[in-house]
Amino acid sequence: MTTATVSRWDRFRESFFWYSFKRDKVAIASFAVLLLMVLAAVFAPLLAPTDPYDLAQINIMNSELPPVGLDGADSAFPLGTDAQGRDLLSTILYGTRVSLMIGFGAVVLQAFLGILFGLLAGYLGGKVDAILMRIADVQLSFSTLMVAIIVGAVFKASFGNLMFGEIAIYMLIFIIGVAEWPQIARTVRASVLAEKKKEYVDAAKVMGFGTRRIMFRHILPNTLSPIFVIATVQIANAIISEAALSFLGLGMPETQPSLGSLIKSGFDYIQSGSWWITLIPGLVLVVLVLVINLLGDWLRDVMNPRLYKG
Amino acid sequence: MLAFLVQRISQALLVMFVISVIAFAIQDGLGDPLQEMVGMSVSEEEREAIREELGLNDPMVVQYLRFAGNALQGDLGNSYFYSKPTLEVIAEHLPATLELVIGASLIIVFLSVPIGVYAAIRPQAWLSKFFMGVSTVGISIPVFLTAIVLIQLFSIGVRVEWFPADTGWGQWLNGFFTTEGGLPSYGRGDELTHLFGTWESGFFTGTGLMHLVLPCVSLASIMLPLFIRLIRAEMMEVLQSDYIRYARAKGLGAGRINFLHALKNTMLPVITVGGVQIGIMVAYTILTETVFQWPGVGLMFLEAITRSDIPLIVAYLMVVGLIFVITNTVVDLVYGLVNPTVKLTGKKA
Repeated sequence: MTTATVSRWDRFRESFFWYSFKRDKVAIASFAVLLLMVLAAVFAPLLAPTDPYDLAQINIMNSELPPVGLDGADSAFPLGTDAQGRDLLSTILYGTRVSLMIGFGAVVLQAFLGILFGLLAGYLGGKVDAILMRIADVQLSFSTLMVAIIVGAVFKASFGNLMFGEIAIYMLIFIIGVAEWPQIARTVRASVLAEKKKEYVDAAKVMGFGTRRIMFRHILPNTLSPIFVIATVQIANAIISEAALSFLGLGMPETQPSLGSLIKSGFDYIQSGSWWITLIPGLVLVVLVLVINLLGDWLRDVMNPRLYKG
Repeated sequence: MLAFLVQRISQALLVMFVISVIAFAIQDGLGDPLQEMVGMSVSEEEREAIREELGLNDPMVVQYLRFAGNALQGDLGNSYFYSKPTLEVIAEHLPATLELVIGASLIIVFLSVPIGVYAAIRPQAWLSKFFMGVSTVGISIPVFLTAIVLIQLFSIGVRVEWFPADTGWGQWLNGFFTTEGGLPSYGRGDELTHLFGTWESGFFTGTGLMHLVLPCVSLASIMLPLFIRLIRAEMMEVLQSDYIRYARAKGLGAGRINFLHALKNTMLPVITVGGVQIGIMVAYTILTETVFQWPGVGLMFLEAITRSDIPLIVAYLMVVGLIFVITNTVVDLVYGLVNPTVKLTGKKA
C-alpha cells in the first residue's frame, strides 16, 4: 500500500502539471491565497472571534465601529462592526464559507447536468443532440444571470420570504446549477464529438460493450481535463451569481449572510460614511473570484498545450 | 437564404411560444386572481361562480389559448400595485432603462475600439499590457461592486490623510488620493426633457446628464473588458491574414492598412457579438438600477417581486423575452446576410 502512494506522489512530482505549477508565480500566489481563504472559511467557527448567528453575542451598542487604524475603532473588532453590531471579521469568515459552499455546490450540480446532457448530445447525436443543444443555445442567449434572476424571483414569490430564507442555500445551488449547465454541456459535447471518432471507441463497440458503458467508462475519462478547466472558472461565476442574487435580495437572508448579502446590507449605510461594512466584504469577494479565475487561466494553459497565451 | 430566413424566424416563434408557456405557468401557479379581487367575506359558492365566470375552471389548454390570444392583442392583464395595464407600466419605465443602455453602449464603443485596436497593433507595449491586466481584473469585479466603489469615490468622496501632511510630497499624495464627490447617485434628477409618448430624456439637461454618468459607467464597466478582449483577438487574427500581408508588401501606409482594411473586417464579428451582449445587458441593468435607484424596468421588476405583483412579473418576462428573441434573430439574420459562409443548419451536409 505504501509503495503505491509513494509512486503516485513521485509520478505527481515528475508530472508536467507540477513542473509548470512550480514555474508560474501567478499560479502559486493565486493557489496560496485561495487555500488560505478556503481554510479560513472551513475553520470559521474556530477562527472567528464571535459567532454572528448567535444573537446573544451581539451588542447593538457596538454598531458601525470602524476598522482598526481609524478614529473610534475598538481593538476587539479588527475590521469594525456592521449596523447590527456584529463583528465584521466574523461575518466575513462565515460569509465566505456560505459563498464557497454555494459556488462549489452549484458547480457540482452543473457538472452533473452538463456531463450527462453533453455526453448524451455528443454521443447519441441526431434528435437528442438537436433538442438539447437548442435548449442550451436559447438558455445561453438569455444570459445565465437573467435566467437565475427569473428562477430566483419565481421561487421567492411562490415560497414567500420566510420560507425562502430558510432553504436559501439549497435554492441558490439549484438556481445557479440549473442556470449554468449549458456552459459545461457544450464543452463536454465538443470533446465527446472529437473522442467518439477515435479507434478505442470503435474497438469498444466491436467488443460488444453497451452504449452506457462506452459513454461513461470509456469516453468520459478522456474528456475530463476540459471539464476541470471550465468547472474552475464556473466556481468563480457561481460565486459572482450568488453575490448578485443576494445583492438583489433573492439570495441569502441577512441572518445567515453570504458575501453578497453582506455587501447588500452594508450598502444601506454607505451614505452615512460607514464604507467598511460594504467595501471590505466586496474586496474579499473580488480577491476570491480573481484568484479562482487566474487559476482557471493557468489550468487552461497547462491542460491544453495547443492553446497558447495570446 | 430564404430557407435560412424561414428557419430562424420559426425558431424565434418557437422560443417565444415556450416563453409564453412558462409565463402562463407562473401566472397560473402563483397568482390567484380571486384573492386580489374579493374580500374574505365572500362565500365559497360565490367564489365558485366568479371562478366559472372568469373561466378559471376551463381546461388548461383553453386558459392558455385565452392568455396567448390576449397577449397577442397587447393585453397582459393589470398590475395589482399600479392598477393599470402592465404594458403601460412597462412603457413608462422602459425609456429610463433604454437611456442607461444607450449611455453605456456609447462609452463601450468609444473606449473599446481604440483600446482594442491599440492592444492588437502593439501587443508588447506596456500600455497594452496594462489595459489587458485591468480588463482581467475588471471581469472579476461584479457590476454592483463597481457601482458601490464609484459611489464612494465620486458621490460621497474620499478624504485621504495617510501621508504626513507637513511634507510637500505627503500633501501631494494626500491630495492625489482624495476625491471630491458630489456626483448624484440616486435616481434620474428632476430636470427631464419630454420627447414623445412616455419618453422623458435626461440627455438634454445638465442635471440629467450628471445623473446618467455613474450608472452608465458602472454598466459599461462589466462589458468593456469583454469587448476590448474581443476586438483585440479579432484584430490580431485579421492582421495575420494574407490580404493584410499583401497590402503591406504593396507598400500601403500602416494607418491605411490598420484602420481601413483591417478594422473593417474586425468589426463584423464584433458587431454580431455586440448585438447579443446588448441583450445580455438587460440582466445587468437590474443590478445597476438597484444600486442607483434608477426608475427603469429592472427596478420595477424587483419591486414587483417584493410586492408579489404577479401580472407585472409575467409581463416583464414576456417583454424581456421578446427583446432577447428579436435582438438574437436580427443579429443572426444580419450575420447570415453579410457572411454567406455561415452554416445553414437546416440543410444536411
